[in-house]
Amino acid sequence: MTAPAVNDASVQASPASVVGSGRRGIPWALTGGLLLALLVLVPVAAGLGAYPIPTGEVLSSVLHRTGLGGTALDRVPESVLWNVRFPRIVLALLVGASLGCAGALMQGVFGNPLAEPGVIGVSSGAAVGAVAALALGLNFLGTWTVPAFAFVAGLGTVLLVYVMSRSGGRTEVVTLILTGIAVNAFAGALIGLFLFFADSAAVSQITFWQLGSLSQATWPKVLAVLPCAVLGLGLAPLYSRRLDLLSLGERPARHLGVDVERLRIVLVLVIALLTAAAVSVAGIIGFVGLVVPHLLRLVAGPGHRFLVPGSALLGALVLLAADLTARTVAAPAELPLGVLTALIGSPFFFWLLRRTRRRQGGWA
Amino acid sequence: MRTLRTRPVPPPPARPGDVLAEAEALRVRLGAREVLAGVDITVRAGEVLALVGPNGAGKSTLLGALAADLTATRGTVRLFGRPAAEWTAPELALRRAVLPQATTISFPFPVEEVVRMGRAPHAASPAEDEKVVAGAMAATEVTAFAARPFSALSGGERARVALARVLAQRAPLLLLDEPTAALDLKHQELVLRLCRERAQAGDAVVVVLHDLGLAAAYAHRIAILCAGRVAADGPPGEVLSEPLLSRVYDQPVEVLPHPRTGALLVIPRRDP
Repeated sequence: MTAPAVNDASVQASPASVVGSGRRGIPWALTGGLLLALLVLVPVAAGLGAYPIPTGEVLSSVLHRTGLGGTALDRVPESVLWNVRFPRIVLALLVGASLGCAGALMQGVFGNPLAEPGVIGVSSGAAVGAVAALALGLNFLGTWTVPAFAFVAGLGTVLLVYVMSRSGGRTEVVTLILTGIAVNAFAGALIGLFLFFADSAAVSQITFWQLGSLSQATWPKVLAVLPCAVLGLGLAPLYSRRLDLLSLGERPARHLGVDVERLRIVLVLVIALLTAAAVSVAGIIGFVGLVVPHLLRLVAGPGHRFLVPGSALLGALVLLAADLTARTVAAPAELPLGVLTALIGSPFFFWLLRRTRRRQGGWA
Repeated sequence: MRTLRTRPVPPPPARPGDVLAEAEALRVRLGAREVLAGVDITVRAGEVLALVGPNGAGKSTLLGALAADLTATRGTVRLFGRPAAEWTAPELALRRAVLPQATTISFPFPVEEVVRMGRAPHAASPAEDEKVVAGAMAATEVTAFAARPFSALSGGERARVALARVLAQRAPLLLLDEPTAALDLKHQELVLRLCRERAQAGDAVVVVLHDLGLAAAYAHRIAILCAGRVAADGPPGEVLSEPLLSRVYDQPVEVLPHPRTGALLVIPRRDP
């Protein structure tokens, strides 16, 4: 955590521009890099799969549909591309961006790098809502029923965790994680209950969905989560500066003019929106919201003005790559996406826990 | 969202002697304990006011009430002529800056970023902000580690960075809770010299201190708190009396003039 010696030397020379020379360029470079990577990965992912389509033909078809030239493909590849691959890719991008962004916001609000929708139980909470809607066969809000239920349940869970895990304006790591365990256990029990009473068709639907997967992606599903995701992703960056100030603590943030109560309420709503968007279509996909902001913080520093939108970008990229891996690595079978992210994310979480503990000199 | 609304404007510069903050018959209850039991105090522009007193006397609570962090159970706190509760957070941020007893930060922000956070209430140009930030860092002697993460600093370095952030806020009312607690001899002097400079420039500075010698040397006025009340309030020469201090601190003390400068020294009585 110490700055390189070169930096220290340049401090003496020009104090005001130190951070500028070292770090201010990194966010721009990273943003460019991430966008470029997405531009490359999307057509590649669209081409790969059980029915391979060359990347050139993918691009040609996209150009054709957008009316910029190119030619349409044959009936089958055209259908595979536009009815199977692209909805899935768009969904992966939306879910990944939502999870990454929700993770960054949550860590900012809790002032704790270990906060993440999956870890502290908000994903499970939202899942209870979604499972309820699925198991009871509710559809009075059309395709928006499941996202709406997930949102309401997710919102309740964030509020619950927030109230339970804070005392004296601080969130202790131990309390946060233990609250997460309790919430996860309770949510698991509720989901179990719904499964017990659901009919067998609903059961298999729920079980598969619980593992976390994008294999059921369709355009209607994309439309179902689009409002939640877009609203959440659009609102989040507006609060970046205030999240920076909040890292000083609630009182100092208020001293600097932040209406802390309002900020908290708005951000909890945004977190619930984003989590609901992700969970309602993809089930519980853990650790994206934990790993993504953390990696960005290591490279570009903790400033939220880059971290919040950056986490959305990297989250989208990571989930697209993970989904591509999940559906190609064991083809023709498909790994559940949630299993894959947990496989990679859990060891990372473990390392982060150890490091936080070492820093604090042990849990109290 | 806030940027869409009209931003609050900074207050006009205060004239020396203007009352920037005052408490009247202020009572504050924290939990079951009445921490302040009827405090009257005025804070004037151009003046360094030191709050001293034994542990638990209510110094930090009074500072919190003047900062509009705590609400009065009875009595009133007025800031810039208006009841504390009537100000919004952004308006207050342009009027008073607060240095808490300890500063922690959840993420490893570099020092310069932490100081720049003090500029958040202002709608100034980046160049202006840059100048103020650089000035605050130079004044508190933290420029040398501007790029290091705050979390990697020592206690005394953190205290100075926190002070730099408060200075960068450029508020006319400064409320500092034990700014010298973690500092070495040299930097204690530096911080109180800065307080004097700010008062000279027309700001009001309220500073909680434990070192009565420092208070005597740098404060224009000292308020001695004891069990939630003001036991004495006035210039150092008037309030620093042996009987009063011995009673308030429950410890015999001696007050004597410095042999060369004549400034008051306060030391505990240590009989051989």
